[in-house]
Amino acid sequence: MQARIFYTMAQPAGGRFQLDLDAEIPAAGITCVFGASGSGKTTLLRCLAGLDRPQDARLTVDGEVWQDENRFMPTHLRRIGYVFQDSSLLPHLSARRNLHYGRDPGDGADTADAVKLLGIEHLLDKFPRQLSGGERQRVALARALLSKPRLLLLDEPLSALDVARKQELLPYLQRLPEELDCPIVYVTHSPDEVARLAAHVLVLDHGKCIARGSVTDLMASRQLPVNAAGESGVVLETTITGHDADWNLAEAAYADGRMLIPDPGVAIGGLVRLRILARDISLSHAEEAHSSILNRLPATVERIEESPDTAMCMVHLRVGESTRLLSRVSRKSARRLELAPGRAIYAEIKSVAILQ
Amino acid sequence: MFSPDNLQAIWLTLRLATTATLLLLLIGTPLAWWLSRTHSWLRGPVAAIVALPLVLPPTVLGFYLLLALAPAGPIGQLTGALGLGSLAFTFEGLVIGSILYSLPFVVQPIQNAFHAMGDGPLEVAATFGAGPWRRFFTVAIPLARPGFISGSILGFAHTVGEFGVVLMIGGNIPGETRVVSVQIYEQVEALQFGEAHWLAGAMVVFSFLVLLVVYGSIGRHAIPGMRFGS
Repeated sequence: MQARIFYTMAQPAGGRFQLDLDAEIPAAGITCVFGASGSGKTTLLRCLAGLDRPQDARLTVDGEVWQDENRFMPTHLRRIGYVFQDSSLLPHLSARRNLHYGRDPGDGADTADAVKLLGIEHLLDKFPRQLSGGERQRVALARALLSKPRLLLLDEPLSALDVARKQELLPYLQRLPEELDCPIVYVTHSPDEVARLAAHVLVLDHGKCIARGSVTDLMASRQLPVNAAGESGVVLETTITGHDADWNLAEAAYADGRMLIPDPGVAIGGLVRLRILARDISLSHAEEAHSSILNRLPATVERIEESPDTAMCMVHLRVGESTRLLSRVSRKSARRLELAPGRAIYAEIKSVAILQ
Repeated sequence: MFSPDNLQAIWLTLRLATTATLLLLLIGTPLAWWLSRTHSWLRGPVAAIVALPLVLPPTVLGFYLLLALAPAGPIGQLTGALGLGSLAFTFEGLVIGSILYSLPFVVQPIQNAFHAMGDGPLEVAATFGAGPWRRFFTVAIPLARPGFISGSILGFAHTVGEFGVVLMIGGNIPGETRVVSVQIYEQVEALQFGEAHWLAGAMVVFSFLVLLVVYGSIGRHAIPGMRFGS
């Protein structure tokens, strides 16, 4: 999908907001649009949906022009699925009638699949106001799947939910790319959701795209503006290659090696996404350390990010050819270990979060 | 209980109010929709014109209508050219007068209901693939139902209670323009207080019941546009 959008609009508070970006959105996997509130994320989605009309745009989806100099395809003719923060359903229709609204009747099998996938059988005869926030979002997701969209837009679908409901809905969102063969644009301001869901990331700031790329690259290069330094970390895509039933561990292979992780209950060959926070990696020169650390990876220091007025610094590491890690250590330790670009070191991984 | 004359007046009043209300829903709905959605500068002037009957004395409205409906007036010339003759002092003329007179009572509740639903549901329907007409009939109208209910009740009741406009443009023709309110006036003029009591009392009961339905059983919060009296 190719989107070139220039949109300037008056703001209710006065002044003008300008959205100006040129992006190619891959057809496979979730593309997270990440940014603070007011960065233009929702406006971008509304432009893609045709709910807002940019002055100047060129938008091509799956080879079909949705907007250019001469054309503006209205929303109802664009084959989209749109899940809003809340209220993505028509309030006066039951869940079932929401699923079927505006669709050709007759593909009952699809309906059954989507209903089963999202576990909403028992909700079908209820009205949106009788559903909890999480249930409403599941019905909205089922509706989006059923409409066989050519573009799926999700506008912070978890933001109105509490932590427990978020955890409940995340697995459904993670499964979306398998179910849908179309670009999926997911707007969020949560680094955690980016780490869990994104294949690609587009970072928006004041209406402009300031970084883009795969989630692993952006996380490792610290181009995602994350508020707390403690939240910095990398995402690794791994394949399960073995299990150690005695200790409930599994062996996960990443691009340049293997590590042991708590058994995620995934069969051999299954894909698991891991997140390793910078504060969970310590550094050492000792080859054989008598410690509780399971994973000690030989790494090379690429560069050190530090400023004289803080105690901590961020060490960028490379393992093997392409795997990158981040380690947050004190500046004093970095000096003591004589860290410098090119230096060999062991990265000791204290903990790993399994994201999916 | 009611004399044949009174029954005729009641029947005529109900016929007038029903006809006017149905036509008002047809005219008022698109007008309310336009008023609730447009950003045109015409919105203010049109809203003011719609609301004029709220403040004008009915005699003023009736006076101008009489001039317009007369054979030499603009509407009179039109109906004359169509072979209908002048509508002054006819049932049809009364219907036109009632529509103008009761317009704000139908338009404002519907307009408020359209406004209150916001753009959200309509945008959701658009993303579901519904075009503008489908959105209007399957989303806007069902969601504005409370507005339609209160608009219909108020429009009907207000037409029943009309007096000044009827007297100006309808006169006092039994079975044609002599509605309940005019009949009561006639009876009082003729000192037939007993007859007048029956009709006047029936009007009080009717009006009370209507307002009871509007404010009581349906609940005032469910009904937009009820901030002015009727």
